[in-house]
Amino acid sequence: MSNDSKEESKKKATKASAKSPANSNSNPPSQENAAPPAETKPAPAKQEVKPSAEPAAAEKKEEPKPAPAAKPAAPPAPPAVAKPPAAAAPPPKKEPEPPAFEKGLAQQITIRFGDVVKVLYIKPRRIKIMTDPGNLVEVATFLRDNMGFDHAESASGTDYPKDNQIEVDYHLGSYSHDDLLAHIMVLATRTNRDDARIPSLINVYKSVEYHERETYEMLGVYFDGHPRNDRFLLPEDWADIPPLRKDFRIKGR
Amino acid sequence: MASLEEKIEETRRLGLQVVKETEEDRLMTLSVGPQHPGSGHFRFTVKVDGDYIVYCDPDPGYVHRGEEKMCEYRNIIQNIPHLERPVIHDSTNVTYSYSLAVEELMGIEVPRRGQFIRAIASELNRQVYTLYWLAIYGIFLGHSTMFMWPAGDRELFIDLLERLTGARVTHAFNIPGGVRNDMPEGFKQKCLEHINYYEKRLKEYEDIFYNNPLFRQRTEGVAPLSKEDAIKLGVTGSVLRASGVPYDIRKVEPYDVYNEIDFKVQYMKTGDSFARSYVPFLDMKESCHIVRRLLDKMPESGEVRTKLQPNPKGPPGESYKRVESGRGALGYHIVSDGTPKPYRVKISVGSFRNMLALPFLLVGQKLADMPAVYWSLNYWPVEADR
Amino acid sequence: MKELVSPTNFNVFVTKLSDVLVRALDRPLGYAVNWGRIWSLWPVHLETACCSVEFGAASSPRYDVERFGIIEAFGSLRMCDLIVVQGTVTRKMAPRLRMVYDQMPEPKYVIAMGACAITGGLYIDSYNVLPGVDGIVPVDVYVPGCPPRPETLIQGCMLLQEKIKRQKIR
Repeated sequence: MSNDSKEESKKKATKASAKSPANSNSNPPSQENAAPPAETKPAPAKQEVKPSAEPAAAEKKEEPKPAPAAKPAAPPAPPAVAKPPAAAAPPPKKEPEPPAFEKGLAQQITIRFGDVVKVLYIKPRRIKIMTDPGNLVEVATFLRDNMGFDHAESASGTDYPKDNQIEVDYHLGSYSHDDLLAHIMVLATRTNRDDARIPSLINVYKSVEYHERETYEMLGVYFDGHPRNDRFLLPEDWADIPPLRKDFRIKGR
Repeated sequence: MASLEEKIEETRRLGLQVVKETEEDRLMTLSVGPQHPGSGHFRFTVKVDGDYIVYCDPDPGYVHRGEEKMCEYRNIIQNIPHLERPVIHDSTNVTYSYSLAVEELMGIEVPRRGQFIRAIASELNRQVYTLYWLAIYGIFLGHSTMFMWPAGDRELFIDLLERLTGARVTHAFNIPGGVRNDMPEGFKQKCLEHINYYEKRLKEYEDIFYNNPLFRQRTEGVAPLSKEDAIKLGVTGSVLRASGVPYDIRKVEPYDVYNEIDFKVQYMKTGDSFARSYVPFLDMKESCHIVRRLLDKMPESGEVRTKLQPNPKGPPGESYKRVESGRGALGYHIVSDGTPKPYRVKISVGSFRNMLALPFLLVGQKLADMPAVYWSLNYWPVEADR
Repeated sequence: MKELVSPTNFNVFVTKLSDVLVRALDRPLGYAVNWGRIWSLWPVHLETACCSVEFGAASSPRYDVERFGIIEAFGSLRMCDLIVVQGTVTRKMAPRLRMVYDQMPEPKYVIAMGACAITGGLYIDSYNVLPGVDGIVPVDVYVPGCPPRPETLIQGCMLLQEKIKRQKIR
């Protein structure tokens, strides 16, 4: 039986590597490697991370000390820091640099939704998009039906008291589309901190049920349409504010 | 005086009135755990109709220690020890994905030898985890030999890891930048010896446990999870692979050196309790091969770690990295605001995702099958609660 | 004799007599009872956190605590006389732990296993963790470590046996 399944898996995997567009570039035909090409060039992958992440984070948080504080703080890995400017000439090149496949995905979304959806970053195999709570269900349905992201890995929230907002991220993945296996689509939305309330995605993704319940409990975001917005992990007699909010301080700190 | 027939008729009528009960009366609610040999640190309520479970509601949180909140108060290195506690017997894999996420955030490159040692430690730890799980699974199906054997062989791998990292279970070995120290002298030799012995033992496990007719009767065809449902529920790890989806992070999104290692993703198609318990076993077998290949390809000498400055901080940004742990995909979503302490750490764990399948699988099963279904989910409550 | 045992001082007489008897029997009886208690330390199977992994390893073939006749981890709550608090006790678990403790028959002993059970350990500043279990149950032996090695746990049990040996029965 195991023999059988092994052969089967081989077949499947080779099929996957044949299909995957990211694989088309000169890739050693090592058998059943579904997505090696992105890993064969780790250096460029790591370089893109920074330039793309910085602007995104800066515009999001308006941190007073974005790049200047970070650059001198990073000498531990001199080779890694030295490379990006030299090899990639980053900011202009980062747009064509992210594998074409990810860009294509992002374009599909922008073509369909236009201004409603903001693409925050495109890294290798990670795309983050932001939308309003009002369009959340629509975007998620599109992602599921037309793009093939069939399950949610997690739903989590981050509290930004400076903006008086809470961000809820859904990490969506795909099991059924061979070329999307390694990709994570981060669907983010922001809601007001005082009356945190967004529509639930439970009718689109069954797998968010417990994650949303946890987010409700930990951050106090009410999910409209979720059958059970109630206690999950915390003790039954919990009477404090949700613990992952930033104004909840743990004792002694 | 009524005749006998009339009396019988009357009794039957009265009896029927008494026996007639509502649907609610027929159901009995049972609370399983947290003090129960079958559930560990976890509680769930089941409603049973006779022998059959008609409703199940998990109630986790008995080991919720607020890891994610604590992360915001410690710096990147201080976070490692407490992050590995949720899965104390798989601690290398837990810190693996944390290190990967931090490295992506800070743009650190790990030396090649360090990458190999990491992968070897993580594979050995996978064996430790799966053997412990197998031991527990065995004892709760009443097979005490299957507790003793894996629990004994587990000590071999613990010895190896102790030799490598210096600690029995909490290694804190994978850190951002590489591994803490190089391999000791003669480790390769010892490791190969252990694995050669262990592969012989795996055959015996198969004979005594997986080919045991009693075990097969208790698990085969019990609580099947179809491929479509598995995808919809978003389960991961062995539960997903048992349902016929060959999804392994090591293969689909290879981290560190896994893209150079040639291995097969083990999966089955039936999706019942037997498949769910057999896939981790196949993984263990495959993991032995992986360790061999890693030892073969490993560079003989070199750096194992990129030294970080004492209080490392990265640029603001976020990263999401996953590894394949014993229980499936284990991801860290780290948001940094440029300070040494992470702004937000979200741990996306396999157990929490597999828990969603529990009520779905238990409904319609007999109460006696509950342990077989519950442990086949490869569920570790401490990890799910974080 | 008749004067000695009159209805007025009968109670006093009986008390005196029983005192004498108890004094005579205390040593041997106490020894026998304590001996029984020492070798039947059966713990409740209540796992509170991650130290349960090392607790399980203690019954594995290498450490095999059952050769000492102790901590064999299976049995009903009503037969147990030992509770090993295996690690962190959260605020959700605490009432359950106390409930389990209250249901156990006397005499009962508690071993606090691991740093978290003793003081809160690594999780001392967590919002959901008790700083030590001795606030809710009386602890007999503290076994330090994070997690303690199985040998340490066995040593802790031996200490508990010493303690029981020196106990006076009532």
